[in-house]
Amino acid sequence: MIVPFNHVLMLAGAVLFLGLICVLTRRNLIMTLIGIEIMMNAAAIAFVGAALHWQRIDGQAFVLFILGVAATEVAVGLALVVAAHRITGSVDPDRYDFLRW
Amino acid sequence: MSLQPAIFYFLAAFILVSTGLAITRRNLVHVVVFLIFSFLGSAMLFFLLGAPFLAALEVIIYAGAIMILFLFVIMMLRVDLAEKTGLSLRRWLPSIVIGFPFLALSALAVFREPGSAEILKSATVGPGGFGRFVFERYWLAVEIISILLLLALLAAVLVGRGGNQKASPTESEAGEES
Repeated sequence: MIVPFNHVLMLAGAVLFLGLICVLTRRNLIMTLIGIEIMMNAAAIAFVGAALHWQRIDGQAFVLFILGVAATEVAVGLALVVAAHRITGSVDPDRYDFLRW
Repeated sequence: MSLQPAIFYFLAAFILVSTGLAITRRNLVHVVVFLIFSFLGSAMLFFLLGAPFLAALEVIIYAGAIMILFLFVIMMLRVDLAEKTGLSLRRWLPSIVIGFPFLALSALAVFREPGSAEILKSATVGPGGFGRFVFERYWLAVEIISILLLLALLAAVLVGRGGNQKASPTESEAGEES
């Protein structure tokens, strides 16, 4: 009644592709974290579609844990970005290439 | 009942367009605004696919907490907009080598799968049933996630605090030598 299952999966794949492009091409630590968030959101879309396809709630429960992991990842990642910015004065990953401060 | 497919395709186009705009902006505040639109579209999609509780959580956690955290950091660091952009081959080569084959292979895998062309049947689970299911079967995972959040809080405080060491590398080197 809604749409074929593979259309939902292809939407998730396309969003994951956009997040991958964001991680691979932007020279910016914050944009790298944003790309990872986009990819996690794509995984959540795929899980919700699969939960509807097989009529199981387990997929939706897993999206709850994806949300928790995304929140922890962004908290720690942004703290690391702030520390990197304090040391190097920029958010360019190419500038952040030494092991002592 | 052709209303639901129309809503789905509209939401899919909305999500893809707002995400594509977000990953190409240079101004990071614009990036955050477009991403908030993208996550709101994802929340509406969850609602359409029968997960109203997850739709609410998507709005609260993703569009609310995570994006506001990004906005705080962007405004706090005063990120310069001098990031090198452009279409140089060296920057786009990883995407071309990794991204586009991934997209082609995933499309091939999804559309060649025989059982994946079934039409999804509408079903929904309310917050009450969902919460009962999670706390009956996945209570241990919920506790693990809560411990993970606590550890992330401690790690963020420890990493982001700084400032109590010596002020700058030159001063610390001078202090070590004296």
